Amino acid sequence: MSGASDAAGAGGHEELLEDLLAGEHRALARVISKIEDRAPGYRDLVSDLYAHTGGADVIGITGSPGAGKSTLVDKLAETYRDRGETVGIIAIDPSSPFTGGAVLGDRIRMASTVGDMDVFVRSMSARGTLGGLSTATADAVKAMDAFGKDKVIIETVGAGQNEIDIVRTADTVAVLVPPGSGDDIQTLKAGILEIADVFVVNKADRDGADRTVQELEEMIHLGEGTSTGGTGHHGVDGMAAAETTTDAADTGNWSPPIVETVATTGEGIEAFLEELAAHRGFLESTGTRTELARKRHAEEIRTLLRADVNSLLEAELERTGGIDALADAVRTGETDPYSIADAVLEPLEACLAEVDLNLERSSETEGGGGSERDISNSTLGRDDPSQ
Amino acid sequence: MSTEQEEASIRCLVAKVGLDGHDRGAHVISRAFRDAGFEVIYSGLHNAPEEIVQAAVQEDVDVLGISILSGAHDTLVPKIMDGLAEYGAKEDTLVLVGGVIPEEDRPALESAGVAQIFGPGTSIEETISFVRENAPER
Repeated sequence: MSGASDAAGAGGHEELLEDLLAGEHRALARVISKIEDRAPGYRDLVSDLYAHTGGADVIGITGSPGAGKSTLVDKLAETYRDRGETVGIIAIDPSSPFTGGAVLGDRIRMASTVGDMDVFVRSMSARGTLGGLSTATADAVKAMDAFGKDKVIIETVGAGQNEIDIVRTADTVAVLVPPGSGDDIQTLKAGILEIADVFVVNKADRDGADRTVQELEEMIHLGEGTSTGGTGHHGVDGMAAAETTTDAADTGNWSPPIVETVATTGEGIEAFLEELAAHRGFLESTGTRTELARKRHAEEIRTLLRADVNSLLEAELERTGGIDALADAVRTGETDPYSIADAVLEPLEACLAEVDLNLERSSETEGGGGSERDISNSTLGRDDPSQ
Repeated sequence: MSTEQEEASIRCLVAKVGLDGHDRGAHVISRAFRDAGFEVIYSGLHNAPEEIVQAAVQEDVDVLGISILSGAHDTLVPKIMDGLAEYGAKEDTLVLVGGVIPEEDRPALESAGVAQIFGPGTSIEETISFVRENAPER
């Protein structure tokens, strides 16, 4: 409605970007909103952000509800601030599948850094579906990175695949395990435990903490036994593992350390920070960071393409009379979903065959300019030497 | 509407400023807003005006609902409005005040930029439809 926001409309995104790069908090906030809303022009905005990213350490923190994530993040941010580093936090909470509404309450527990604008907390809800949230989160991280935050922390409840996608946008993932969170079979189950670079047994002053640590240790060592090289049990600081770069492609050589913390009192936070830094060192010294970045960009491209193809198909379905009619046709036995999918995709496949050629051609004549395909090629090119 | 639900959603900050000791009302309104499909950020009890400003700016909310029962609205609310103005966020944030506000204090709050004051007995539906009708177009 008002002047300031209109500038952020279709044409004004350069201005918004300039303001963001100049360190204006409101511009950062507005850019993230545009990202979340998929507002017109948001893609250009994010494209332009990329050139300014790469400086931030991205840390993902996940764990079950009530594990103490927000409190730990708060203490983490406070410690980084004491060291003179700026922090961006993205706190993700679920949204209602029925109304789309959400209550985002993580701010309540982030009181240590109140009044300090250099801790930028942004709450996001699982608004979209089909990878929408992880794309939006990754883009919001880009915005904070470009803004100049030294550390970006993503905090999310670890409940399912969606959350795993989100924390995968981080360089280092910490998984919080509260004491007494189940018997040892729980730790064998697939899921968030597998993605941990660091384990945090928070609320370590509670009964059962020792046992939880022990169970985690057993699980980690079991994993080491079955994995390729078996780098031994140097474990805890993991730097020793950096010498053997046999399988740097995944984090195979990193044995996740276990840290005990009491987030409410700040106990163990320093040790936790050290492990995060150690993992970062590992990523850099083994070249895993480059590999990780490449994988991540590949995933970004895939997610983006998937979403685009999806909306393309949705539009196509809408144009041909909507999905309800097709569903009815299946119900009455006229046809079946497989035939419909084939029919809808057929022209697309035909088109793609041509696009394929285009891609090849324009990459051969690289630098030749001209075709719109160059845009994607230059993006691809930039991904490889990833910072 | 189902698959592409990534449209802009109304974002609200529900904040309790000052020394009020209970926040049942804030919980009720947060939940009602949630059920109306809004994204609600609740910032907890005992917020200072600066905290609320910080949260409103960072979260880029469309609507700021301030709940206050303590009687200190005439000093605290203008402080929040000034803070919003400082960050250029006053213009396009719909600010609502809920709580016990005496009739004679209302004009001052309204001239400070508060869009609407909801006293005791206001129905939830009324508040929600006010937000729907007046949330700023961005």
